[in-house]
Amino acid sequence: MNFQNYMKIEFLSKSQNESFARVVVASFVSQLDPTIEELADIKTAVSEAVTNAIIHGYDNSNEKIVIECKINGNNIEIIIEDFGNGIEDIELARQPLYTSKPELERSGMGFTVMETFMDEVFIKSEKNKGTKIEMRKRIRIRAKENEE
Amino acid sequence: MQLKLEVENNTLIVYINGELDHHSAEDVREDIDTAIDSKNIKNIVFELSNMKFMDSSGIGVVIGRYKKISKLGGRVGVVNTNAHVDRIFQMAGIYKIIDKYSTKEKALENM
Repeated sequence: MNFQNYMKIEFLSKSQNESFARVVVASFVSQLDPTIEELADIKTAVSEAVTNAIIHGYDNSNEKIVIECKINGNNIEIIIEDFGNGIEDIELARQPLYTSKPELERSGMGFTVMETFMDEVFIKSEKNKGTKIEMRKRIRIRAKENEE
Repeated sequence: MQLKLEVENNTLIVYINGELDHHSAEDVREDIDTAIDSKNIKNIVFELSNMKFMDSSGIGVVIGRYKKISKLGGRVGVVNTNAHVDRIFQMAGIYKIIDKYSTKEKALENM
């Protein structure tokens, strides 16, 4: 049977927790023995999603962000959820360089970064209910290759 | 995150040591802009050999400074970007407007 594991954390939407969130996820994922590059990809994607929750989901007020991570074999699934404003137009939000807050000097590249660094990104959002980002990535098997 | 600023002629050399994300970007932006305004700066070189992490907040910081420096008729360069930073900068097309140099000296020569 496939190796499976699961974790869930909940924290306040403070910008100090951006580094906390990506380090926790990276540390959990480390049990799959990812490359430094894969780990950097995952940390960056998590950082983008958490930053979005803080800036756009909650307009910088202190509310709850939940992260769940599932490991199934060599597949990692990361779910990042806020219960804030929600995204009105997901297709528009996904466009490279689009930002709803140009005054903040944001690049509008958050979703593009997530989509580039992860294999799959799903966005579920409802106005005034919140946003749920599901990201998946397959960690390449290296040393363990011969076992299968 | 630790920011080190050096001035050489009218070029500001910005060493970003540590992690650049939305949280640290605020301070980085403020410190650089204060230096630009108070030290008669025309150009900026970002020296990134000790940058441990960067997300898309880094794009905002660099493009924001580029806009400010362009108005002053100056140039912006980056030095010692790792592969991860390069991928993020390329995604946003940063190297179409900002030059990348292999050493700080080369960057300074071209400012």
